[in-house]
Amino acid sequence: MADDIASLRRILRTSRTIAVVGLSADWFRPSYFAAKYMQEHGYRIVPVNPRYDAILGERCHATLATVETPIDIVDVFRKTEDVLPIAEQAIAIGARCLWQQIGVKNAQAAALAAAAGLEVVMNRCVKIEHARLFGGLNWAGVNTGVISARRPV
Amino acid sequence: MADRRFHPETLAIHAGQIPDAATGARALPIYQTTSFVFDSVDHAASLFNLQTFGNVYSRLSNPTVAVLEERVAALEGGRAALAAASGMAAEAIALLTLLQQGDHVVAAGALYGGTVSMLAVNLAKLGIETTFVDGASPDAFAAAMRPTTRAVFAESLGNPSLAVLDVAAVADVARAHGVPLVVDNTVPSPYLCNPIAFGADIVVHSATKYLGGHGTTLAGIVVESGRFPWDNGKFPGMTEPSKGYHGVRFYETFGDFGFTMRARMETLRVYGAALAPTSAWQILQGVETLPVRMDRHCTNALAVARFLQSHPRVDWVNYPGLPEHPQHGLVARQMRSVAGAPGASGLLAFGVRGGYAAGIRFIEAAQLMSHLANIGDTRTLVIHPASTTHRQLDEAQQRAAGVNQEMVRLSVGLEHVDDVLWDIDQALAASAA
Repeated sequence: MADDIASLRRILRTSRTIAVVGLSADWFRPSYFAAKYMQEHGYRIVPVNPRYDAILGERCHATLATVETPIDIVDVFRKTEDVLPIAEQAIAIGARCLWQQIGVKNAQAAALAAAAGLEVVMNRCVKIEHARLFGGLNWAGVNTGVISARRPV
Repeated sequence: MADRRFHPETLAIHAGQIPDAATGARALPIYQTTSFVFDSVDHAASLFNLQTFGNVYSRLSNPTVAVLEERVAALEGGRAALAAASGMAAEAIALLTLLQQGDHVVAAGALYGGTVSMLAVNLAKLGIETTFVDGASPDAFAAAMRPTTRAVFAESLGNPSLAVLDVAAVADVARAHGVPLVVDNTVPSPYLCNPIAFGADIVVHSATKYLGGHGTTLAGIVVESGRFPWDNGKFPGMTEPSKGYHGVRFYETFGDFGFTMRARMETLRVYGAALAPTSAWQILQGVETLPVRMDRHCTNALAVARFLQSHPRVDWVNYPGLPEHPQHGLVARQMRSVAGAPGASGLLAFGVRGGYAAGIRFIEAAQLMSHLANIGDTRTLVIHPASTTHRQLDEAQQRAAGVNQEMVRLSVGLEHVDDVLWDIDQALAASAA
């Protein structure tokens, strides 16, 4: 389980493409907030949700199985009990990381993905972690836990 | 590798401030600007929608002020914090974010006078009722709870009563009723006591006092634990689309720092009691040395308390750091140990033999001790509450606030303790009629 600053920073720094499973097209939903933020910070977003054709200017896939682009992070905005098949699909398409959002905590799915060699993050928001580790969240008065005497690069 | 858990001494210097990304400046730059440019219309829209983090206008957030917010959040073991123009502003922001017309508050009785006024007069005008109870009795808090209660309020260490709150016991009462416990932690400072570790949900400070420590600058801060379940049905303002900020659901969107975001965007933004960047910078100069200063405040105050105990012109001494203090066990459990004794801050109270008149003579004879209404300065401060801060109250009201006629309150400073003892001794000699 990647839960420390160095591991989370490495995952976010080496990833470029994020498949967002359960992404909503409603601007006020947390999944849209997170995906728009990551897109603005240079990540390619691949929406996965059978209810939409396109979100954030990207073609929306009904399921991970039809995604042909190489995926770095599979970011899961689904109920905890629905994550296991998503983990299986993430392994099948060769994703590098299974990332379960805040409140999503399927330990079995995490163990399965870890056993297949994927990085695993659980119960964290990809946007909040990006802003915590690369700047932004500190402007909101949040305790980022980042202590460093080095200039951010 | 697990992240290192840094000590308070380290957090006091580093938390919230890494070298400036633009210039490499090691010390904190003062971003003295009202406004921040948008990169594009789309960037502006994202900022206003709270979809991206960033600065818009210094009434909402400012990079210098944000360092103070994160630093105090870290020192308190909280998730997030919001700074304000004074301690009273911070308290008002916390309560106005939590409460609305028809809500009820249960508060400890012996509180700072300004807080009593806010609850009993100002919030009452808005249709928010407060029941004041004996702060030493968790059962009294429980007995006063109503279906409409939405907050429990108390001070970790009362000013000037020096009553010690059993944070864990009162937090249990609040939790059982599904409402947050709000604790004013000004007197211990985050170095001596962390109410969140004992179950408090929100902590407020007058940063004017020990956090700044120099007596030059007003500031306040609200800290959120990140642990309160705002979706328990009692706080629709946290879970329903915000009327005050175009439909954002603060708890769903920001999770464990949703209260701080709502306090910022709904309350601070509208009422406007923002902290000036220069003031935040000045408070942070003090915060860097908070642990060193608090250690000395505590050892000096304990020495003063012992001296007063043995002085023939003194009737009684109230210092929670003394082993004779009736709540000593609680103090030892809840406060950091400083030089082998529970660190109970620099605040103490004592009774000058001879009542009201003797108390006044003591004050008038002080040479080194400054006669003023603040606490938590490097200088030793002295006041006779019955003739100053509490003079508008009658004797019964004064007793309820923990003030008697002969009581003198000291905020023991960082001078050499022998010089402080010398001044107290000569002023006590002069207090004899």
